[in-house]
Amino acid sequence: MPVPESMQFFVDQSRCIGCQACVQACTECDSHRGQSMIQLDYLDRALSPQTAPVVCMHCDTPTCAEVCPADAIKRTADGVVQTARKPRCIACNNCVLACPFGVPKMNTAMGLMMKCDLCYDRTSVGKKPMCASVCPSQALYYGTREEIERLRPRSRPVDTFQFGAQTITTKVNVMVPRESALQAFDVLAGLTPATRADEDPLLAMLDVRDCAPEGVGP
Amino acid sequence: MNRDPGPNGTIAPDGRPSTEQPRWRRDFPIGVDADEYVSRRDFTSFMVLISSAFACGQLWIVAQNAWRRRRGEPPLKEVARLSELPVGGALTFRYPTESDVCVLVRLDERRLVAFDQSCTHLSCPVIPRVSEQRFECPCHHGSFDLESGRPTAGPPRRPLTRIRIEVVGDKVMANGYA
Repeated sequence: MPVPESMQFFVDQSRCIGCQACVQACTECDSHRGQSMIQLDYLDRALSPQTAPVVCMHCDTPTCAEVCPADAIKRTADGVVQTARKPRCIACNNCVLACPFGVPKMNTAMGLMMKCDLCYDRTSVGKKPMCASVCPSQALYYGTREEIERLRPRSRPVDTFQFGAQTITTKVNVMVPRESALQAFDVLAGLTPATRADEDPLLAMLDVRDCAPEGVGP
Repeated sequence: MNRDPGPNGTIAPDGRPSTEQPRWRRDFPIGVDADEYVSRRDFTSFMVLISSAFACGQLWIVAQNAWRRRRGEPPLKEVARLSELPVGGALTFRYPTESDVCVLVRLDERRLVAFDQSCTHLSCPVIPRVSEQRFECPCHHGSFDLESGRPTAGPPRRPLTRIRIEVVGDKVMANGYA
């Protein structure tokens, strides 16, 4: 059974409280016990306790699969990019280097790349992914677009990202303030040394400029 | 941006339809369904190739058999002097070619046996243990009967290849396979 088109994953990094519940829940999964497929990143630990959960964005055009020389990363028809196929993965690290979101991680001991597959064993039978089912602040939310619009009237989902000349559309959405004029995250723009917030692409994803009150942001 | 996956479940990064994509993109699709799909043509060519490989193997065996039969019996060849081999002694000789090592054992005054020295399991050279009445293969502890060459223990299932021995006066002659 495929993951229904209506069910989508929403990430709101600004809601993350860094409790690691998603990491623990992911680690408990039977298909990869002891190994978390979700990463909890600190944006700038010296300046802020803000954390950001990083799940696979499930790109429509997965760069990891494009660069895989062993043909190991596949995308199901419902738009979920699966983890590397064990018999094919040659642990070459191409996907780790290529993914613009930094999602795939190499398990060197196993010689296998493992990444988030949207808990395909759960979502394909109508359950929520592990991380979304435990997240206490609902920074990770799995549901329909109507539900998220009702629950978060001040936010709206964005699923288009700009990496230089590369435009990436994803199955997973990132929440931004409703009023922001943002149509696509220009991730590389965050690398220009304009402000502290702009130096970090993750801070740019949070779009601090739109969240900040008048006179505080750049 | 085109977000509709083509017939092979792949959206190319340049967004153009699958018909305008290079050939390799069709050969290495990203979509699971297309990756697991085996076309009738691919299946048929696989079957034809595998079957013809099997057929060629059979023909090769037939050809080898015919060639072996035409080669005829190996020649008569002197391999040792009877006076130089004491009772219970053993020696190696090369028969019928220089690359075939055989072992000759003198069981008693009148009886001599000779076998190809390669074990019938994985062709390690067997060692005669005359006091224990057996040949031993040190590789996997295979064991053969000293007189008949039949396997008695270990992994070998076929007997050692026996070589017919004739004694003419003092000469020990090998005369083909028994």
